[in-house]
Amino acid sequence: MRLSAQGVGHRYRERVVLSGVELTVAGGELLAVAGPNGAGKSTLLRRLSGTLRGPGVVLIDGADLSRLPSRALAQRLTMLEQEVPADLAFRVEELVLLGRHPHRARLGPPSPRDRAAVHRAMEAMGILDLAPRPFSQLSGGERRKVLLAAVLAQEPQVLLLDEPTAHLDVHHQLEIMSLLSRLTGDGRAVLCALHDLNLAAAFAHRLLLLKDGRVVALGPPGEVLTRELLRDVFGVEAVVTRSPATGRPFAHFFIPTRAAAPNPWPETIHPGHLA
Amino acid sequence: MTGTVYLVLGALLVGGVLAGLGLGTTPIPAGRLLAYAVGDRDALSPAELLIVGRIRLPRVLFGLLVGGALAVAGGVMQGLFRNPLASPYTLGLAGGASAGAAVVITTGLAQGRLWALPGGAFLGAAASALAVGALARTRKGTPPLALILAGIALASLLSAVTGALIYFANPQEKGAILVWTMGGLDRATPAALAYLVPLVVGGIVVVLAFARDLDILALGDEQASHMGIVPGRVRFVLLGATTIMTAAAVATAGPIGFVGLIVPHALRLVLGPSHARLLAASALAGGAFLVWADLGARLVLRPVELPVGLITAFLGVPFFLYLLRRGVAQ
Repeated sequence: MRLSAQGVGHRYRERVVLSGVELTVAGGELLAVAGPNGAGKSTLLRRLSGTLRGPGVVLIDGADLSRLPSRALAQRLTMLEQEVPADLAFRVEELVLLGRHPHRARLGPPSPRDRAAVHRAMEAMGILDLAPRPFSQLSGGERRKVLLAAVLAQEPQVLLLDEPTAHLDVHHQLEIMSLLSRLTGDGRAVLCALHDLNLAAAFAHRLLLLKDGRVVALGPPGEVLTRELLRDVFGVEAVVTRSPATGRPFAHFFIPTRAAAPNPWPETIHPGHLA
Repeated sequence: MTGTVYLVLGALLVGGVLAGLGLGTTPIPAGRLLAYAVGDRDALSPAELLIVGRIRLPRVLFGLLVGGALAVAGGVMQGLFRNPLASPYTLGLAGGASAGAAVVITTGLAQGRLWALPGGAFLGAAASALAVGALARTRKGTPPLALILAGIALASLLSAVTGALIYFANPQEKGAILVWTMGGLDRATPAALAYLVPLVVGGIVVVLAFARDLDILALGDEQASHMGIVPGRVRFVLLGATTIMTAAAVATAGPIGFVGLIVPHALRLVLGPSHARLLAASALAGGAFLVWADLGARLVLRPVELPVGLITAFLGVPFFLYLLRRGVAQ
């Protein structure tokens, strides 16, 4: 499986929010998309999902996404939006079964294959015990896992996620990310927009940095999380170390001020930055 | 739970049909009706056969079709607009049908033409739905809220049109318009059934085929589009099918209120949000409800027949308020 973007862009009315994105993702990879608010992360994901049209082409195994019928597309690739209504009255298993839609006939009960896919998806997300509960009564972390199970029941080869850890506590953030990285195990490609750069660095194989709708950097976290790039893209100073817990790159951020408190890392700040 | 609900609805439906066929100035026991139904040709006398076959059966069928159509259309509208106050008349269909009927009556077109009145009502209903759709359309699609607001606005305009036509009509026409706008199943004719059966049954099949799409749309248009749904197309198909069903029902029966509002709303409280279950149950419950309401309309003040819309309101509103209070209490 191979998803590639060639010259992908987008504009809302006159404003260009994304341009010239070149990207190839292969099965088995977890790619994190990062960048400041308004850099075009969500727009990039929606362009890659095929539901938003614009300049450039997105190919899945050489087939143009915009030419695939909606059903065929949803069998291969899906996306989980950041905001999904929380007050849905569906029971958990009903909601996960909705993910089978692109595989099911219009009329008739779900097939044994549908049931099996729903069971596998719920098992992978560790939510089998939630099956009979109403979605609206779950916690934020549980709801996220149910929605993930629903899109997983589509059995997609490419999974796009917009901020899958937003509004979650640290336990659920880590849990969701490790579930996602496990999903790449069966040759699936997972792309997710993430605000937390250290979370991205801890789990992603590659990191893509967006600024003003353009790709500024794309590579392993160690090459992307650098002082210069972080300053350029986010306008913050950073000290990049390695996390003693994961061994992955870890950035400590700060904004230098004139009345700076005693600096624990004086050697990393150039005098010019304090001016 | 779902099984129990279907069992109760089935019993109400069968009971309603038997009562509708059996009760009246010439009562016929249910046992003999059932005996005839299973093949005993001597169970009914020729006179009884005539009463049942020519008068009561069309009326019962008419009630099942009109009630089912209105309840299913209401269930679709409430799901599509995510609004419990949406009804089959949300797109101004009732107002359009009434205005169409009033035009036909006041211009004298209805004189001696069997098809003129239902035809005018159907055109009025369909035209108002098309107008609401066109008024609510923006460059980026048709937002549900815009549809509801345009529907309310157009309904007010159409009710003013009907009001003006009544004001300037002669007393005989005034009465005809007023009676028509109250709705009733006494207008059941084999000709009306001939077009109602395919339109309503076809409409229900289309709607059931798109029930899951309606479920998925509850996740939001963006998320639904990632799951193989084209939201604009689904809305077009569902609004089209419900408009045709409702217009066909209203064209003959007149605008019967509350069935399309209360039946699907009550069932949603009991059955939950899954539209395949909800809409199938709505078809049964709407039909049964209207048949029982019509029975009430025929029998309560016998020999005077009440407009069935009054009965649906008297039965439906207290039940609706009970459900509302129960929902608030929880």
